[in-house]
Amino acid sequence: MPTVRVQEQPFELGAEVEAFAAGRTDMGAVVTFTGIVRDVAKSDLDVMEIEHYPGMTERAIGKIVDEAVTRWTLGDALVIHRFGRMGPGDRIMMVATAAPHRVDAFAAAEFLMDYLKSRAPFWKKEITSEGAGWVAATEEDEAALTRW
Amino acid sequence: MKLDVLYFAWLRERIGLSQERIETSAATVADLVEELRAREDRYALAFSDLSAVRVAVDQDLTAFDAPLQDAREVAFFPPMTGG
Repeated sequence: MPTVRVQEQPFELGAEVEAFAAGRTDMGAVVTFTGIVRDVAKSDLDVMEIEHYPGMTERAIGKIVDEAVTRWTLGDALVIHRFGRMGPGDRIMMVATAAPHRVDAFAAAEFLMDYLKSRAPFWKKEITSEGAGWVAATEEDEAALTRW
Repeated sequence: MKLDVLYFAWLRERIGLSQERIETSAATVADLVEELRAREDRYALAFSDLSAVRVAVDQDLTAFDAPLQDAREVAFFPPMTGG
């Protein structure tokens, strides 16, 4: 059963990966992706603030995961996405997929990431020593969806 | 009809509200946007460039020509930046 968690608190990557698909001896592949707050602003990034749309967020991610399950042979899937305030180096989110074969696990993980980027209602704000600004969506993010 | 209208990210900041309940007879999202624009400058400013605005009706992403019949909740926000 796929799991979707939208939460403010940090998550333990190792523990999540260990627990994910534990005991599923029919799964030959587990792929994980972790998104981390990156300091790319010209001035020092102090805080990343992530806003979301409670209710729609869970619903939108659930639909994306359902779509992945129909497209690939998956034994399990996990999406954890945080909101609230984070600092550089903090984990924002993770995706894990388990499949009998790695091709499905990799493809489904990439599909989930592409869709989470521009179809899950999160908005990032960067707060630096010079002020605050909303992170703009890129055309590349939107274009990434056309390959699926 | 009564509608809950939600605003996120810079739309919320420009309008100065995260949520409001309004009485409207707008038939589509586009009609609702026109009503909001006519209210005050802060709404007109927030909705000045609709190519930078996305809309969800009852928590499903949709288009500006979507009908509002039976809708309970309409949300306006910028393109999403998850992941």
